[in-house]
Amino acid sequence: MAKAATPIAALRRPAVSGRETMATGVRIAVLPPAERISLRAPAGSIGALSQALGLDLPTKPKTSSAKGGRSALWLGPDEWLVIDQTAGDPLADCASVKALHSAAGVSHRNVAFSVSGPAAEATISAGCPQDLSLAAFPVGACSRTILGKIEIVVLRIGEDSFRVECWRSFSDYAWTFLAEAARDAGV
Amino acid sequence: MLLIRCPYCEEERPELEFRHAGEAHVVRSGELASISDEDFEKFFFIRSNPKGVVFERWRHIHGCARFFNAARSTITDRFYLTYKAGEPKPEVDFSAIDTGPAAWANREPAEPNVAAGAEPGKSD
Repeated sequence: MAKAATPIAALRRPAVSGRETMATGVRIAVLPPAERISLRAPAGSIGALSQALGLDLPTKPKTSSAKGGRSALWLGPDEWLVIDQTAGDPLADCASVKALHSAAGVSHRNVAFSVSGPAAEATISAGCPQDLSLAAFPVGACSRTILGKIEIVVLRIGEDSFRVECWRSFSDYAWTFLAEAARDAGV
Repeated sequence: MLLIRCPYCEEERPELEFRHAGEAHVVRSGELASISDEDFEKFFFIRSNPKGVVFERWRHIHGCARFFNAARSTITDRFYLTYKAGEPKPEVDFSAIDTGPAAWANREPAEPNVAAGAEPGKSD
């Protein structure tokens, strides 16, 4: 069988890819594809998995850890979302771990948005009922929550910078919602 | 917006993240095949549905996704306490916690709060 002339990855055209919009005080951009896994594990497996992934899996609610382009987001008492923005493969890293765990590849299930600028918090707050002020949601905080009618995962990267992840089929809704909210947020 | 304390996230979260999941502490028999029809009916269909404090299961579905239990007043919608799934039903005297009449949201602006002890909505 003839080999494909171009790698599959080059042919993939992710949902809402490349979109970007600016409004007063906020910039929203669709982030490039990343490797992601949904990781479930009991407390006894955290050490082995942390070692394999090369970062400490956070055990406190609403916290995350990051190292070298890879982040682990606490979603539940035994659940994490691991995002790798480099060429790493967290799924392969977990495969060698003998301790009890479940790692499911969800790279293409999610689409990520970057929301940044002084009005970033106000933009997300247009549809997110959680308190996103710096006191309640400091840098590094993350949570699964709501944006309008959909479920999202929010990660605060900097004081004025958020990463918003939503499921692929909701990405058009999330994009439109954030873009509309941005127009109001800066006013 | 109602704020509900999630015992797993260890903080109060907006109600939009939660979903109600039925009455709590309904024990499923270990020998379901051998219990009588009456007992099965009680387990499967019959719920206490009280006016006042009710123990319910809730799920933080758009958060940590965990089920937990809560004691809530069906009159005021107030959450007295929440605790992790699997923990025993707490023995609390809720009448001691309740301080005065509830803020009935739908009353006419000119209508005063009903005095403590009176049953709201009861007509003689």
